[in-house]
Amino acid sequence: MQAAAKQETVNTTFRPKILKRKLRLGESAIEAGLFIVGFLTIFVTVSIVIVLGDQALLFFLDPEVTLAEFFMSTKWVPAIGEFGIWALVSATLTTSAIAILVAVPLGLSAAIYLSEYASHRARAVLKPVLEILAGIPTVVYGYFALLFVTPLLRELIGSERIGVYNMLSAGLVMGIMILPLISSMSEDALSAVPNSLREAAYAMGATPFEASTQVVLPAALSGIGAAVIVGISRAVGETMIVAIASGATSEFTFNPLKAAETMTAHIARISGGDLPYGTVDYNSLFAIALMLFLVTLALNIVSQWIVTKFREQYE
Amino acid sequence: MIKYTYPEQQDLERFVALRYRTAWIWQLLFLSALLIAIVSLSALLLNVVDGAFGYVAYEFKKDPLTISEKPLEELSKDELIAVLQANLSRGAYNKLEKETPLAARSEGELYNLIIERIIQIKTLETYPLFRSLFEKSAIEAEVREKYPNARLEFRSWLSPAFLTTPMSSRAEFAGVRTALLGSMWLVGIAIAFALPVGVGAAIYLQEYADRKSMVNRIIQTNINNLAGVPSIVYGMLGLAIFVRAMEAFTSGAMFGITDTNGRTLMSAGLTMGILVLPLVVINAQEAIKAVPDSIRQAAFGVGATRWQSIWSHVLPNALPGILTGSILAMSRAIGETAPLIIVGASTFVTVDPQSPFTKFTVLPIQIYQWTARPQDEFHAIAAAAIIVLLVLLLTFNATAILLRNRFQRRW
Repeated sequence: MQAAAKQETVNTTFRPKILKRKLRLGESAIEAGLFIVGFLTIFVTVSIVIVLGDQALLFFLDPEVTLAEFFMSTKWVPAIGEFGIWALVSATLTTSAIAILVAVPLGLSAAIYLSEYASHRARAVLKPVLEILAGIPTVVYGYFALLFVTPLLRELIGSERIGVYNMLSAGLVMGIMILPLISSMSEDALSAVPNSLREAAYAMGATPFEASTQVVLPAALSGIGAAVIVGISRAVGETMIVAIASGATSEFTFNPLKAAETMTAHIARISGGDLPYGTVDYNSLFAIALMLFLVTLALNIVSQWIVTKFREQYE
Repeated sequence: MIKYTYPEQQDLERFVALRYRTAWIWQLLFLSALLIAIVSLSALLLNVVDGAFGYVAYEFKKDPLTISEKPLEELSKDELIAVLQANLSRGAYNKLEKETPLAARSEGELYNLIIERIIQIKTLETYPLFRSLFEKSAIEAEVREKYPNARLEFRSWLSPAFLTTPMSSRAEFAGVRTALLGSMWLVGIAIAFALPVGVGAAIYLQEYADRKSMVNRIIQTNINNLAGVPSIVYGMLGLAIFVRAMEAFTSGAMFGITDTNGRTLMSAGLTMGILVLPLVVINAQEAIKAVPDSIRQAAFGVGATRWQSIWSHVLPNALPGILTGSILAMSRAIGETAPLIIVGASTFVTVDPQSPFTKFTVLPIQIYQWTARPQDEFHAIAAAAIIVLLVLLLTFNATAILLRNRFQRRW
């Protein structure tokens, strides 16, 4: 009896609750500090929105500019007060479309080969090639586009039909640039499909091609869709290749053989000079950047949404 | 009931063979996508090497033999000054003397001055490497016909001198010294900002944050989204915040430096730091996630507080992963161009950066500037600068891989 009572008192003195209640100032301070640091990343996004929004607002409030003109007109000539974003959007769309047309079939094929066909040794040789391609700075791709691809195209198509600066060359090289991105994201998606699905397909007598395209590919479709959208967002935001290879004239055209300036290239060219702060031209750059930010943000959110919404769960 | 009709034995065999042939053709097609990638990569690298070396046809405005009897390389300092005095106009000579007294300059500098101001090498035509190697006689004939007075010389545009000489408006004398130093400063500032902030955020998200809380989910989504923001947008952010709003700090005016505006290394470094921040956070999170829970539980088991367990157990184990991630972030920072154009990299900087509050240029900016010029000799030095940049990146990435292989632990 006595022993049991003693046991009880011991238990009460060592109640973990007391330990828990102890306030450790240092610990709390560290946790608070780390939270602030984590919160700083949100502050970055907020300041992007505020900075771009604020200057873009100044631009739209300018008497020279109307919203209707900005979103409807196809002429962008700041010198005479013409601000129609379509002149720049057309070039962005054209170069990105070419890039996607190059990168999606190639990137997807490469991913299928690496994940479904390649032996361990082949992967060890082939994967680093894609990783090197992904690590090359975009300015080097710009050099490649202007001094290798463009002369090659001029030889093939005829120099009277295609200029020194053209959207085709920039788009093709941009496609090579985003190829590794699309292939590595797609490969992750394909590798995540459980082997039992492949084995089931083979057991039914499917060929490797039938197994990969009719069983594995549909199962990985959400991941591949996300990869394509991230690829589009990267192409839209890419600056250096188009700044070097696709010319410096803002023109409304979808003809890939012509020179035209994309949104990003325009920002780079104009801000590269000594533009006085607070002018309409200067503020117009922020309006373009805001458009870019919103478009790429929307694309990235859609891509994440696709992954979570349409992911096939095999567990 | 549906009745299936099955093909006869022969038809079946043919059908299966056809399906396997299709499969085989497609396999080749898939493989060819990778081959295209390999071909593109080789074309890119060969194109750069092709541009960086090769024959150059050049001409002197004044033949070196006419200005001195001995070869220029063998002249003493006094003789070099005498040559300058004899061949330059009085005004030009006095101007040079005023900048830095000639007697105080080194022999190398005087030699360069003579080459630049008196002999005035003029590059007439540059030839790429592969043509130089395989069509040497054709090039010689062409040069003899087009430029009778020209000399033909094989030149490696990438040379030790290219690394150690500062910018010049003449491609023949230009180097990447200032750009290289600028890149180093830039990466240093960027990582000094991004590493503590990024690792702190990663620790918070992995070790402290309650996954279900709204705020923490927003932080996580936000970091993933920041990683996808185009780099040029970061440039606009840097322009508005660091270059303009914080000009007093980034121009160094706070510290008594008055000869600059906000377009300094500091602004560029901080902009780049913000750009690589999401990358550092995501990599650090992966590294921390890879440390098994048993380590934390063991620390708690012997009475460690949360921070003690993180500081003494989780972080040391995650360190190789964090370092690898930071090096990858640095190699991203070193190749990034677009935001720096916007923050305002100077294109012509001949003085080494001495502090974070100076005007700056970096390697990718030089490559961009030189590529955009129409003259071939500038394309040649752009190619040489690209080789320097790629070698730098290769060193960074190789270090990262070595670190990973050396310290990576499997649990």
